[in-house]
Amino acid sequence: TVKMKSVFFIELLSVVCFLLLTQAGAKNSEDIRCKCICPPYRDIEGQIYKQNVSLKDCNCLHVVEPMPVDGKDVEAYCLRCECKYEERSSGTIKGTIIMYLSILGLLLLYMVYLTLLEPMLKRRLFGHSQLIQSDDDVGDQQPFANAHNVLSRSHSRPNMLNKVEHAQQRWRRQVQEQRKSVFDRHVVLS
Amino acid sequence: MFQYWTNLFRKYTSEIGRGFGGMDNPGYRTGSFDGLHHPSDDDDDEMVDIAGATLDFSTTDDVPPLSSGGYNEYGTSGVGGRAAGVNGNGPTKLVDPLEDPVPGVGTYEDFNTIDWVREKSKDRDRHREITSKSRQSTVALLHSVSDAFSGWLLMLLVGLMSGALAGGIDISAHWLTDMKEGVCLNGFWFNHEHCCWTSNETTFQERDRCPQWKSWAELITGATEGPFAYIVNYLMYIVWALLFSFLAVTLVRAFAPYACGSGIPEIKTILSGFIIRGYLGKWTLIIKTITLVLAVSSGLSLGKEGPLVHVACCCANILCHLFTKYRKNEAKRREVLSAAAAVGVSVAFGAPIGGVLFSLEEVSYYFPLKTLWRSFFAALVAAFTLRSINPFGNSRLVLFYVEFHAPWHLLELAPFILLGIFGGLWGALFIRANIAWCRRRKSTRLGHYPIIEVLVVAGFTALLSYPNSYTRMSGAELISELFNDCSLLDSSQLCGYQQPSNISETGVGNTLADRPAGPGLYTALWQLALALVFKMMITVVTFGMKVPSGLFIPSMAVGAIAGRLLGVGMEQLAYYNHDWIIFKGWCSPGADCITPGLYAMVGAAACLGGVTRMTVSLVVIMFELTGGLEYIVPLMAATMTSKWVADAFGREGIYEAHIRLNGYPFLEPKEEFEHNSLAVDVMRPRRADPALAVLTQEGMTVGEVESLVESTHYSGFPVVVSQESQRLVGFVLRRDLLISIDNARQRQEGVVSASQVVFTEHAPSQAPDAPPPLRLRGILDLSPFTVTDHTPMDITVDIFRKLGLRQCLVTHNGRLLGIITKKDILKHMAQIANRDPDSILFN
Repeated sequence: TVKMKSVFFIELLSVVCFLLLTQAGAKNSEDIRCKCICPPYRDIEGQIYKQNVSLKDCNCLHVVEPMPVDGKDVEAYCLRCECKYEERSSGTIKGTIIMYLSILGLLLLYMVYLTLLEPMLKRRLFGHSQLIQSDDDVGDQQPFANAHNVLSRSHSRPNMLNKVEHAQQRWRRQVQEQRKSVFDRHVVLS
Repeated sequence: MFQYWTNLFRKYTSEIGRGFGGMDNPGYRTGSFDGLHHPSDDDDDEMVDIAGATLDFSTTDDVPPLSSGGYNEYGTSGVGGRAAGVNGNGPTKLVDPLEDPVPGVGTYEDFNTIDWVREKSKDRDRHREITSKSRQSTVALLHSVSDAFSGWLLMLLVGLMSGALAGGIDISAHWLTDMKEGVCLNGFWFNHEHCCWTSNETTFQERDRCPQWKSWAELITGATEGPFAYIVNYLMYIVWALLFSFLAVTLVRAFAPYACGSGIPEIKTILSGFIIRGYLGKWTLIIKTITLVLAVSSGLSLGKEGPLVHVACCCANILCHLFTKYRKNEAKRREVLSAAAAVGVSVAFGAPIGGVLFSLEEVSYYFPLKTLWRSFFAALVAAFTLRSINPFGNSRLVLFYVEFHAPWHLLELAPFILLGIFGGLWGALFIRANIAWCRRRKSTRLGHYPIIEVLVVAGFTALLSYPNSYTRMSGAELISELFNDCSLLDSSQLCGYQQPSNISETGVGNTLADRPAGPGLYTALWQLALALVFKMMITVVTFGMKVPSGLFIPSMAVGAIAGRLLGVGMEQLAYYNHDWIIFKGWCSPGADCITPGLYAMVGAAACLGGVTRMTVSLVVIMFELTGGLEYIVPLMAATMTSKWVADAFGREGIYEAHIRLNGYPFLEPKEEFEHNSLAVDVMRPRRADPALAVLTQEGMTVGEVESLVESTHYSGFPVVVSQESQRLVGFVLRRDLLISIDNARQRQEGVVSASQVVFTEHAPSQAPDAPPPLRLRGILDLSPFTVTDHTPMDITVDIFRKLGLRQCLVTHNGRLLGIITKKDILKHMAQIANRDPDSILFN
């Protein structure tokens, strides 16, 4: 359960980091804009104006520069324009995308390791026959056998490295089991 | 509902129990149990106190304990002791070697159904213990306060985590979708819109073009226009789509096969009590989050809403491990998962209330008021978190916010109902076609090539969707464009009306009267029609592939396209025929009487309603999604019509159909049971079968018990007084039995195959040189549910549904006759409906 706790701690930490990141990135002068969309008016084409102004200055008079019409038409022109104040946080965007890409990259690397490198290493270490045998063992794992193993497993070697190895093995067995029921036997999620 | 019925049923049975008790052993009942039944001070849980009622069953045992002292003893020992008897743990001091519960007892195996009654009473005992202790010391008081508070804290964490994840998914999916078209030179992490955030080069006609954003053709060949640039962009689009879908399906296959699909059918089944180990685990969460982004950006016709519900449930399940209260109790955990489903929809659509109602109407099985409030809170927190991340950059929770508030006329109800009929027909057709396709995938060779299937569909989708601008854009963008009204500010093709020359001089504001369609709009219309046909076809084969795939966005897109087409048609009809009697009075020339965007909204609701058969939650989601409070009545009319029409072709929605296809043991609470069979027709063993495998409360050896268990595959065994009398004592689960025997053999001195297994309170006298007996009363459920053989099946089904039972014993004249399990009932119902009864999973 120590391992479990630490995993959750890390997860919580990442959520908190994410929130902090959100707040940290929020105040960047590039990140606010006032966007005015002005429709065609008489012979003037429609235009989009963007200015880096604060919320209280976000109106047609401050943002539309240069004003395409003369003094008396300004009011009529501006009445048609729609100005919107928008905010974003480029820090959050950057952080999210980089985090996403790094997780994706790690997963891909791990996948390549598991599917290509590890079998090769194992084959070199143990020889061919044992690998096939261990695969068979996994295949014969009955869902029911777990009940018996709950006890016997919980008292095995306390060594840290073994524990990690053991957890990984168990995880891989679970994934294999899932793969079998989803992709081969089509009993769930079809 | 569930709660109410539990309440009622418990009262009912307790009265029957009392009746029995009075008849059978008039001298035995002392009334001490009733004295103990003090009002529950459990503010945490509004369930009726079931303990007191069930206890009466134990008094119907026709062999009274040798002395009533034992009962009185633990009767006076206080609250904990009394409850333990109900729970099946018995008076703990009698099962001396098992004082600490053996690890594993009371847990369930994969693909099994939990016993709601047992779990609920377990939680009640735990709570009672904490309450009684809290009066003794300050530390215990603090513990009880933190225990009561933990539910809300958990909700807070679930909301924060799901909101943050959903924000991340939104941002990444936007970016990756735009990646198919080009890249931002300002910083590769910006999507197209954010790339041109401050650029002043954008024009009114082409709002998203700026020099910082380079399409792939521009980067590779240097040309922005021309056939060569088009071909390069086309090819890059297909390559990216193939790459994203390939990564998604291989990651799912390599790390978490359970991450594929929408997840809502499985979550429904899990919430009804089924156990799928690893379905809500860490790896599923990570892989589903990562691959959902890939799948959405690959341009496949799928949405992120269903998978987000799954993601939120994974968060909840993982966070449950932090709190003992939820870690150890499957029923309590399901309450949290119900709330998490609400959170999922809340963040997927930015519709917190719609999420709560979705959980109530569509997903949850057991939904007490307490869960409603918790869902409300969690949905609030999640929406708040999402809003603070502001993934769409519009300071709103949703992408589809509509700005118009044009009124609608009563006569427009006719086209709205027409849209409802279309939605219902499409829903029924989609369910039929999709299930047929999925059955093909399940049973034929098609299912052996999931990766190739995904690649072919993704390649095909990309190939066909690029030429048409309405299929090239993502589903969410398409919907938001269709929902929009054409004001003067719009320059898209959909608003390609002939510009009136005189109105712009005099008109004030940006609302416009109905106008005749221009060439731009005609192009848009036939493109939309093609997009409609394409989306309808491709969604059928896409939903159910081995990538995370939601259904909401594609069905809404289909409905929105159909609605927009009808809306524009109505608009033009009204424009050219404003002197018709139906248009007279409200649609005179120069008036803005028909809003095509509203038709798109109504169409989207109708199609989604036809596919999922949601009603209330759908309407609420729609108006939260669009902000169009004025349009509740049109939405309601269309949704209701669509449900009626779709129900006429088949009563089950897409999620129920998938549950049935996979054969999950799910007792549909909406379905009526009308056949007039009796319990004796459904129970096992049947007439020709060998007799029921039972254990006796004493006289069997460990070896005999083990061989009985090994020779059968049942997951539980009734315990009777003796083989001859077959009078029922209780029920013991196979898993508990095996774990306890295993544990005793390892740890307890002198337990060998010849040792007696004793389920009674007091060990029978035996020869002095015999090995010590193994006492297993602790794992015996002393209050199994029983019905008589003549109980009509509709009542039995009701009992199963409303109490969440997993098995029920059948008696005849007080003698044990057989057993009915949930799967027996499902098989029986399948038989009545002329379906293959063996399709139920893992029978």
